[in-house]
Amino acid sequence: MHEFGIMEAALETAAQKTRAAGASQIHRLKLRVGQLSGVVPEALRFAFDALKEKTLAAQAELQIEEVPAACWCANCAAEFETADLKYECPRCHQPSGDLRRGKEMDLASLEIS
Amino acid sequence: MCQECGCSKPGPYQVGDRKVDSHTHTLPDGTVITHAHDDHGHSHAHGHGHHHHGHAHPHQILNLNTGILSGNDRLAEQNRGAFKALNLLVLNVVSSPGAGKTTLLTKTLNELKGRLRCAVIVGDLATDNDAARLRTTGAPVVQIATGTLCHLEAGMVAEAMKQLDLRSLDLLIIENVGNLVCPASFDLGEAVRVVLHSVTEGEDKPLKYPPMFHSADIVGVTKTDMSTAAGFDRELALKNIRQASPRAKIFELSARTGDGVKAWCDYLVELKSQLK
Repeated sequence: MHEFGIMEAALETAAQKTRAAGASQIHRLKLRVGQLSGVVPEALRFAFDALKEKTLAAQAELQIEEVPAACWCANCAAEFETADLKYECPRCHQPSGDLRRGKEMDLASLEIS
Repeated sequence: MCQECGCSKPGPYQVGDRKVDSHTHTLPDGTVITHAHDDHGHSHAHGHGHHHHGHAHPHQILNLNTGILSGNDRLAEQNRGAFKALNLLVLNVVSSPGAGKTTLLTKTLNELKGRLRCAVIVGDLATDNDAARLRTTGAPVVQIATGTLCHLEAGMVAEAMKQLDLRSLDLLIIENVGNLVCPASFDLGEAVRVVLHSVTEGEDKPLKYPPMFHSADIVGVTKTDMSTAAGFDRELALKNIRQASPRAKIFELSARTGDGVKAWCDYLVELKSQLK
């Protein structure tokens, strides 16, 4: 449910940045959401559709880039993706708590005019 | 979330007896609106001056790469700085509702008497029942009634901190709202995140709530005195916790019998001594 609040914050920041750039319309809004961010892309889309109407993004397309979680394995000196969220290196089977990607909850870019 | 306007800002919440209940928005046309939630006048005129530009302006791409919750993150960093300057150990304790946060913390406060000077900030949607239970220990307790918000935010903690004499403390425990989802996204500025998981919740909670468990510095398995009654598979649960929380130190605790409580309290004392 907190996706609504998060989308509202994203739209507010987007509107500020758009006005600051001297523009008045958002055509594309790109978010980057990590697998461990705690937000669900589908719920963000639902919130976007519900909230966009009275904003500069009323006509905008929402793009969500999903970032898989990835940890660093110190043994192998290599990164591995934790597709199953098990944080175990597929090479040496050591668990790793050193998360390098996957917590993103970013406003990546805007296309404006 | 403020249910009144559906925005991301907290709705009216209360720190102790003091209401904190207004926030502002900037509309697309630049109008600033302040929601003052205690007077339900709400007479802000939304001037929707829609400017319809033709397509004279070329499209431009703004690369921002800013965190959506950067507002909360900034406040959390301020809190963290204040805690660090005071050499104060701060825990953010999260769990699902009913996992035994308040019972464990009450026991912990009693055990730590004479060892660490403690205070608690406790968040709930409503009532100060938990604060009343924690106050029986004699420790200072500040209640945040979040209203409709399902988690604590860094700004609320900053408000609550004003009601405590932080200089006279060694350990500040923040008892978050019972919820394993939303609090994971909101840094409060704590040094240590403690996730509690009771034996009555089964063995797979860590696998069901990966963001929360992954962020844990400590996982406490609570209500271990009820393991047999609950048919709790200890080995499986510990395996799941190690998998979901690879960084976490694990404690098995029963606030009722006191099992494991001394080891947990000793660890807190040790963490505090490492700050110096």
